[in-house]
Amino acid sequence: MTYLIKGARPYGEAAADILVTDGRIAAIGESLSATGAQVVDAAGLIALPGLVDLHTHLREPGREDAETVETGSRAAALGGFTAVHAMANTDPVADTAGVVEQVWRLGQEAGLVDVVPVGAVTVGLEGERLAELGAMADSAARVRVFSDDGHCVADPALMRRALEYVKAFDGVVAQHAEEPRLTTGAQMHEGDRSARLGLTGWPAAAEEAIIARDVLLAGHVGARLHVCHVSTAGSVEILRWAKGRGVQVTAEVTPHHLLLTDACAESYDPVFKVNPPLRTDDDVAALRAGLADGTIDAVGTDHAPHAVEDKESEWAQARPGMLGLEQALSVVIETMVEPGRLDWRGVADRMSVRPAAIGRLDGHGRPLAVGEPANLLLLDPGARAVVDPAALASRSRNSPYAGRELPGRVVATFLRGTATVLDGEAVT
Amino acid sequence: MKRHLLEAADLDRADATLVLDTAAQIDQALAGREVKKLPTLRGRTVVNLFYEDSTRTRISFELAAKRLSADVINFSAKGSSVSKGESLKDTALTLEAMGSDAIVVRHSASGAPHRLANWVRGSVVNAGDGTHEHPTQALLDAYTIRQRLGRLEGVRVAVVGDVLHSRVARSNVWLLHTLGAEVTVVAPPTLLPVGIGSWPVEVSYDLDTVLPKSDVVMMLRVQAERMNASFFPSAREYSRRYGLDARRVAALADDAIVMHPGPMNRGMEIAAEVADSARSTIVEQVGNGVSVRMAVLYLLLGGSTQ
Repeated sequence: MTYLIKGARPYGEAAADILVTDGRIAAIGESLSATGAQVVDAAGLIALPGLVDLHTHLREPGREDAETVETGSRAAALGGFTAVHAMANTDPVADTAGVVEQVWRLGQEAGLVDVVPVGAVTVGLEGERLAELGAMADSAARVRVFSDDGHCVADPALMRRALEYVKAFDGVVAQHAEEPRLTTGAQMHEGDRSARLGLTGWPAAAEEAIIARDVLLAGHVGARLHVCHVSTAGSVEILRWAKGRGVQVTAEVTPHHLLLTDACAESYDPVFKVNPPLRTDDDVAALRAGLADGTIDAVGTDHAPHAVEDKESEWAQARPGMLGLEQALSVVIETMVEPGRLDWRGVADRMSVRPAAIGRLDGHGRPLAVGEPANLLLLDPGARAVVDPAALASRSRNSPYAGRELPGRVVATFLRGTATVLDGEAVT
Repeated sequence: MKRHLLEAADLDRADATLVLDTAAQIDQALAGREVKKLPTLRGRTVVNLFYEDSTRTRISFELAAKRLSADVINFSAKGSSVSKGESLKDTALTLEAMGSDAIVVRHSASGAPHRLANWVRGSVVNAGDGTHEHPTQALLDAYTIRQRLGRLEGVRVAVVGDVLHSRVARSNVWLLHTLGAEVTVVAPPTLLPVGIGSWPVEVSYDLDTVLPKSDVVMMLRVQAERMNASFFPSAREYSRRYGLDARRVAALADDAIVMHPGPMNRGMEIAAEVADSARSTIVEQVGNGVSVRMAVLYLLLGGSTQ
């Protein structure tokens, strides 16, 4: 299929036509024409490289009632993504070549985004001994990102070994930074609001202590470290310090930590329960500044679907996590673009270029240029809509943005030249 | 009054005073009567939904509802559908389908009554949720202070003990502040929440300096299991530094009173001779609890069938 995208503004800059054929960008220029091409009217729309998520929970295998690779892929495509990293905390855990290949194949079959499996660092996420990281790296899934996400690799000796070991295949350990002894029973950010609400506090220091430890370890052994869902101002400071020292550390922030604060917990509605927890206004400001200046490299959604019964309960009983794929770009527009912290090239960098580089993905995070793979999205930046969880493509409904008006609408997404979203609707 | 009583922090001064005044009227109406019963809530159904064992609070609410002539159902989570995995929401909807007008809920999870209030049409009364609040305890404490000292405005109250884990402390802090009292919380720093700086209280780590300046000393129950989590080194050390014994009581002003929400650990946070002294309001608190809970149920249910 050949598409002629008319009048889009690449990176929000001068309007141009984009000709997509054979999976690649064949031409960019004014008044292009092509016989037999499907014309996409993109007047006023912004073209960006397809987004790449380093942090997605697709729940398959194990919790297909909450999400499947297919439903999660559709949600991703609707959010403008062309590649997502599927976290390893499935059931069974993605800690063997067999499981990561299964997830990878399910992604291929769905065909809506490239589903890139993340391998567990330790067997069963139990933090005791290394999973067969090399076997996962060598599998058809070509795993490069390893994470026990949901759990911290808390044992410092084991973390050191993991960091060292994955150097052999240019892997990276993505750490869920949470000192478990400081967060026993923790329910929300520890501060004024937890004191009042009587919910056990999750201190910022529990995240910062692990990040500080891990950047020192990564520097010591010369390995790559990626920090998942950075949530505190102190973490941003530590990352800035480490990068200044030349440590190969990268980090991501979630859309919800860019927008929401622990004030949301006052409703006791567990849709706002997430790990790490929503923090304070000061933390939100530091995260936005960190993403703007590049201390934080990427936006990672931590899209975490949960079945209704896992959220419609008491706060303490509810599972942590919230949806993110379909609103991620909108939240970044609201928190970063509209206030002038990032331009569209900055958005492309933090949501596509850098996450693709961290995951060592070929063909994603490439510039909008002739000859490049046609992974791109078209965005209507002026559209505004109120989020209706019932209308989401995800199988779950636990969106923290329900009822909130957000800017920006993904009108089309192309994966290697094939439209996965057109007119704001999923194609398949 | 609002439809629910979820937290003392919700109550403004007028509402809180209304509860206390109504309790006083109920006490007067029942004083000296042989049949301690009012017909006010006849035909209404009050459910005591208790997810935690709490015999004294449950009995107090039961008595309050019965003295108002309501039908009372006690639903204990143990040995019921709940132990078979039924969710809070399903239990609530079941109780409502059976015609409950008010649900009195005790739950180990902070915020459970707030969740419940989203799911039912009737009134929800928080009878203690996790480490969050226990508003009727604070109301009965305020009632007791007013009864003994004749006022609440300007009364200096020391709240002593495990503030971190105490729903009684939280409710008292907010309610007493609303009613014009001056609250000082006293505890080892490990048993104070990190965010306490945002509370309308003074904070002290030293009981002995606070006692001479207090009109009311409210002792909180300290669970020995906190010792195992290193909140304090030993029961003996806790008792030595924060226990209220006869020597410390001697530092109090003559008309100062000693309160405890019960159940007490005699010899731990409070010495037996102090608990049984004339300053102690512990038994009055129990009696006042019934009156205050009657007032709450009366005000929430409006006293008439809708």
